[in-house]
Amino acid sequence: MLPAFFIYAALYLYPVLSNFRYALTKWDGIVEPEFVGLRNLQNLFTNDDLFLKVFGNNLEFTFLVVIFQTAFSLLFATYLIKNTRGSIALRTLYFFPTVLSSVSVAMIWLFLYDPNYGGINVVFNKIGLDAFALNWLGSETSALRAIAFTQVWFHTGQMMVVYIAGLQQIPQELFEAAQVDGASRWQQFKAVTWPMALPTTAVVMAYTTIQSFRAFDLVYAMTQGGPNNSTNIFVTLVYLTAFNEFRFGYAAMQSIILVFFILGLTALQKRILKERY
Amino acid sequence: MFYRITRAIALFIFAALIIVPSMVVVFGSFKSDLEIYDRPLLPPIDWTLANYKRLFADSAIEQNFLNSIIVTGFSVVLTLVLASLAAFGIARMVNVTGKVLFVLFSLGLAIPAATNIIAIFQLFVQLKLNNSLTGLVLINIASTLPIAIFILTAFFRQVPSEMYEVASIDGAGPVRLYQSIALPLSKPSMGAVAIFLFVITWNDLLFPLLLITQQDKKTLPLAMLDFRGEYSISFSMIFTAVMVASVPMVIMYLLMQRTFIAGLTAGAVKG
Repeated sequence: MLPAFFIYAALYLYPVLSNFRYALTKWDGIVEPEFVGLRNLQNLFTNDDLFLKVFGNNLEFTFLVVIFQTAFSLLFATYLIKNTRGSIALRTLYFFPTVLSSVSVAMIWLFLYDPNYGGINVVFNKIGLDAFALNWLGSETSALRAIAFTQVWFHTGQMMVVYIAGLQQIPQELFEAAQVDGASRWQQFKAVTWPMALPTTAVVMAYTTIQSFRAFDLVYAMTQGGPNNSTNIFVTLVYLTAFNEFRFGYAAMQSIILVFFILGLTALQKRILKERY
Repeated sequence: MFYRITRAIALFIFAALIIVPSMVVVFGSFKSDLEIYDRPLLPPIDWTLANYKRLFADSAIEQNFLNSIIVTGFSVVLTLVLASLAAFGIARMVNVTGKVLFVLFSLGLAIPAATNIIAIFQLFVQLKLNNSLTGLVLINIASTLPIAIFILTAFFRQVPSEMYEVASIDGAGPVRLYQSIALPLSKPSMGAVAIFLFVITWNDLLFPLLLITQQDKKTLPLAMLDFRGEYSISFSMIFTAVMVASVPMVIMYLLMQRTFIAGLTAGAVKG
């Protein structure tokens, strides 16, 4: 009990606090930090276009991932809800990417997205759709979306399993009653599945949101934030500011904004949840 | 009818989206670079082990593999031991201390480690724990304790208190209660937590990237990044490295599907 708390307090809680101290300094990580008060915070909000861009990137990334990952995982959960042999085999397959490391996943998609040799463009060129063969990770317009797609590919199976567990709790009589009333599949989904699955949807969305803010590995391994910062999100920005530009104090301030943003988002989601249930 | 057709198509597309990329990697690890670029999606014409030979000869992948095993093994076992003791303590303490501790640990769930990389890095440099596998194990423990304690506390709280009371009347102390009641009962939860910790620790990139620069201390995910050179990428090497890093995990997944799925979703939902 005590040793657990000691390790946790010294190596986890203490850095949370010392981060605040660093945030008030100008510091290259080598010589003594120089105290500058709130200048970092001021610069961040008044004099930093990159920070705004990254903020926008992160919101777009999170939005795309949350919408598509939730939709697909719900869709596949409704398809595979019955515990038949085929369903279980497909669930196992869909869940499979979850056990891979994000670096492995990044490397696989780095190849598939390759403009010249990658699997995606080879297929498009073969079937004559050359216009669709983009420079996926090399172009500012598509790179962030390409990584968002990879993230969805990576974790849809995991969220599908969460949904299946939730959907299997729905009393079977509700579906039977709806069928007796002659409801179509879509009507059953709208009237029974969707409202009954709302608590699960809330869990899935909350987790996916946090997950999308943590997508450091994937972005760092695939594009390192490029091209031209079009895939730079909060966590990669903090890392690059500190370890590529050696502006540790400024990066600490960025990370504090990120902490408050995540805490705010979590609190907001909790409130919405509480109001509903 | 419409439903059945759309369902079949959707299921097929997603299955293909997972199988095809996986096959690209498996096939690619047995092909030359030239053939990977020439026929990316098809099986190799001549299966060759040349990539594997080159990978083991030219890189430190055995060392990286060993480092990953050491770091993951120690991190998971120590986190489990510490977390189960702490969770047992918290669940049995109905007083203020128990609540305060629980709140403090929950704080770790709310603040992802990724947001504290600067301070963590500086602290580990000051403690001379950078470029050290011990340092990596310590930060893994510190950052995974909250989630492990959270899941296990929830479990220990479900154990009916009568079970403890009966044992206490028979003269069992806290150690005995933990050993003979809490621990045996918590085996399934511990298994799920262990798998969850195992997967995230084995696959982690952030902490090794932060703390390790020395070639012989790198773990597999970090070492794999090096194959992505500044100007050239050798996908035959990358695919082979992905195989080496993933195959142990994939075999374990296939052997213990239920525990994997349960562990990874429990870790996800509660975190």
